[in-house]
Amino acid sequence: MLRTWRQRITIADVVVWIIGLSIAFVVVYGSIKTIEVGKYNTRVWIDLTITGLALGGVYALIALGYTIVYGVLKMINFAHSEIFMSGPFTAVFLALALYKNGFWNSHPYISLLLVTLLAVTVSSTLAVLLERIAYRPLRTAPRLVPLITAIGASFFLQYAFRGFFGSGLQAYPELGFLKGTWTFGSIPVYKTQVVVIISALIMMLILYGFVQLTKMGKAMRAVSEDKEVAGLMGIDVDRIIMLTFALGGASAGLGGILYILLFPVVHFFMGFIPGLKAFTAAVLGGIGNVPGAFLGAMILGILEAVGPSLFLDGMGIAAPYQLKDAIAFIILVFILIIRPSGILGERITQTKA
Amino acid sequence: MTNKSTLKQLFSAGLINGGIIIFLGLVGMIETFSQRDIVSGLVSMGFILLFLPFFVFGYSIAKKEPDQSLRTVLFAGGLTGLVAGFTTALLPILGQFVNIRDMFMNASPTLYSILNFNQGIYLGGLILMIVSGIIGALGAGFLLIPPRLRNAFLQAVVWTVLLGLMRDLLIVMIARWGAISYIFRWIFASSGLTITGALVIFFLVGVVYYWRSGKKQDLPVKKILSKKQKNIRFGKLVAAVILMLLLPQILGIYFSEILDNVGIYILMGLGLNIVIGFAGLLDLGYVAFFAIGAYVVGVLTSPEMGVIQITFWQALPFALLASVTAGVILGLPVLKMRGDYLAIVTLGFGEIIRLLSLSDWLRPYLGGTQGIQRIARPFIGSLELKTQGQLYYLIVAAILIAGFIAWRLKDSHMGRSWMAMREDEDVAQAMGINLVATKLSAFATGAFFAGLAGAIFAAKLSSAYPQSMNLMVSINVLCLIIVGGMGSIPGVFVGALVLMGSPELLREFSEFRYLVYGALLVVMMLVRPEGLWPEARRKLELHESMEPDALPNDIPTVTENPAG
Repeated sequence: MLRTWRQRITIADVVVWIIGLSIAFVVVYGSIKTIEVGKYNTRVWIDLTITGLALGGVYALIALGYTIVYGVLKMINFAHSEIFMSGPFTAVFLALALYKNGFWNSHPYISLLLVTLLAVTVSSTLAVLLERIAYRPLRTAPRLVPLITAIGASFFLQYAFRGFFGSGLQAYPELGFLKGTWTFGSIPVYKTQVVVIISALIMMLILYGFVQLTKMGKAMRAVSEDKEVAGLMGIDVDRIIMLTFALGGASAGLGGILYILLFPVVHFFMGFIPGLKAFTAAVLGGIGNVPGAFLGAMILGILEAVGPSLFLDGMGIAAPYQLKDAIAFIILVFILIIRPSGILGERITQTKA
Repeated sequence: MTNKSTLKQLFSAGLINGGIIIFLGLVGMIETFSQRDIVSGLVSMGFILLFLPFFVFGYSIAKKEPDQSLRTVLFAGGLTGLVAGFTTALLPILGQFVNIRDMFMNASPTLYSILNFNQGIYLGGLILMIVSGIIGALGAGFLLIPPRLRNAFLQAVVWTVLLGLMRDLLIVMIARWGAISYIFRWIFASSGLTITGALVIFFLVGVVYYWRSGKKQDLPVKKILSKKQKNIRFGKLVAAVILMLLLPQILGIYFSEILDNVGIYILMGLGLNIVIGFAGLLDLGYVAFFAIGAYVVGVLTSPEMGVIQITFWQALPFALLASVTAGVILGLPVLKMRGDYLAIVTLGFGEIIRLLSLSDWLRPYLGGTQGIQRIARPFIGSLELKTQGQLYYLIVAAILIAGFIAWRLKDSHMGRSWMAMREDEDVAQAMGINLVATKLSAFATGAFFAGLAGAIFAAKLSSAYPQSMNLMVSINVLCLIIVGGMGSIPGVFVGALVLMGSPELLREFSEFRYLVYGALLVVMMLVRPEGLWPEARRKLELHESMEPDALPNDIPTVTENPAG
């Protein structure tokens, strides 16, 4: 006999919904208040949104790695944030060397290309090595085991890079052709932001095309559907998983280069927060889903850029910008309460648990 | 004798071995550790770090060799060592021609001269190759020694190295003993052990261990103890407790400080062990509850905050209540999540708490980046517990209570529900276990212990800073549980002593602490996922589901352990 709705609801559900509703209330109330006060004009909001889109582009490229690895292994690659860090952190030395002998300023386009290639290669190689050494032997182990391995690998890589390159900050030299702004209509936009948004969009399209249209991509999707059956169909599962890591790593490396266009400073701990955000983006869009990762990242980027001023400023909270990371995490919790499968996701959390 | 495929194996093992040493060098470990003497003027820690991989690789490659005759084994080990030595020698040669120091800050001339025995890159490289070949062969030959002798040798080496490392602390400790200290003085040099001291320790431990290991040959069966044996066991327990109570008096302030820190981690470990080890919920935001415990005590007892000012004991229940409430509130939204989601959400929660405590918004209430100062210390009667030695007793009392609770919970109805849930949530639910209540109780219990630890921590420092509530605390606790053995209560103690004690003993180590912890987590999961002191059921579970050849066959059991 079916139970009535009243019997199906537990106290836990009620509390969860109260938490969710109060977050929603704060958001709506804060926004109305802020707009009423009218401290910021439209230009500021547009600037913030564009900043958010650029951030979102970076998150999208990192989130892709989480999403496709989750797709094939059903596991969160905790060390992905370190793979993101490794690319730009290694490439900074090439950039500095090029800068020293003047090549950076005389051939900025080629320099940027070289630096990008190095970053992508390093990130991608590291991702493949990580899979080979740390994850492959544990594929049949209980679920908690590879997860803990991934956490360990994350810290190992972080501090290995700290040991290699030191714990200080390293700054990328400036790129002359990306200084200043372009004007669209009457709105000036930083060149770097435009470049980041457009490259992220193009890269996501290429990667999505790769997953959807090529034979390799098809094999990848088959493996993520069912590893054993894919193996029976003649797909080399180990190779596809390696490819997945390589692809995720490459896109993280690219994301890293875009990130340093926005914030041209690298250090060994730089991966942690963007990695966590990108994961949030992947969950927000629906983990395992490539367009979802992009959508989630853009939404998260905008929320993070606009959110502190929009939600919190009106309520008279001092220095709301300090809480931008907290906003991202609260969004994560909120999404998981309201719709654990994400915006575009299937209901993975329950069906494939 | 050796065919082509094994030859290839030997070469790749040698390459990996060389790669590891180059890694250790570039990360800076070899150079840093070479400043620490084990045997004065003869053996440094860096020396051990440099040559141990050759030995281990020689040993393990020889073990894989199908033909175990002396010749093949020595050949395999020697060749591996040779290749490894050659690979390592390439680093200084590369460094000679290319300036890699701009990038790798540890690629210094000092490192090269350590690798080259101060003999220049070519001659030194040759010496390194020969030495590494010999060490690889020795490692391989070690396999052929009878196991009893081998274990005795290992124990002797481990104890010698340990005592050498602990020299600075031991000197301080025995200095307190007055006249007795002269018996031990000659063992220690100005850094590390004297050569005679090292030899004496080595042979003493080796002989004692060899003699002891010959005595017990019986199978590790849990026997029903006779009354006399029970009395002996009880006596031992009493002696252990008395020793534990006297420790701060024997050891002095510095050791007490270490013990206090280890104790706080044990307390947190006991709590997280319930969440991760018993209930299988991977919580990475555990520091949040610790922070809540510390901050509640801070806000309620510090005169700076001006809310109310009560004593530590009055504030403690509020701190615990707040932590438990936070545990339940965090638990509710994550109820339906799988393990990996849970890890990230809890990580996010920990960060939220830290960001809030740092923010200017809550500065009037939580002190912002400055934290809270002048937190009240606990009083017993009119005695203020403020020295390390006095706080030690408070921590021991808390650990005893927490340990007792954890131990009793483990085999209780609730503990069994936790473990059932850990093995399979769906089956557990089908068996009538209320998942909501079970998960929440795990979170709440874990949060309770963390809150207790946080409150004591705040009282100990008499201040609470957001900087000390970072993610690394959670990672430390996670590591000590994994290393000790998930779900094992003695494992928490072992893990805390090993992981939290060692950075204090080995100052140079603290720089590489998280590097080693990270590697340790990976290696533990690959080789020995049940931990150093495993819980029986957990061990079974982990080994059942893994491929049989994924694990080495000779995992030493607890009964072989002298502590067991």
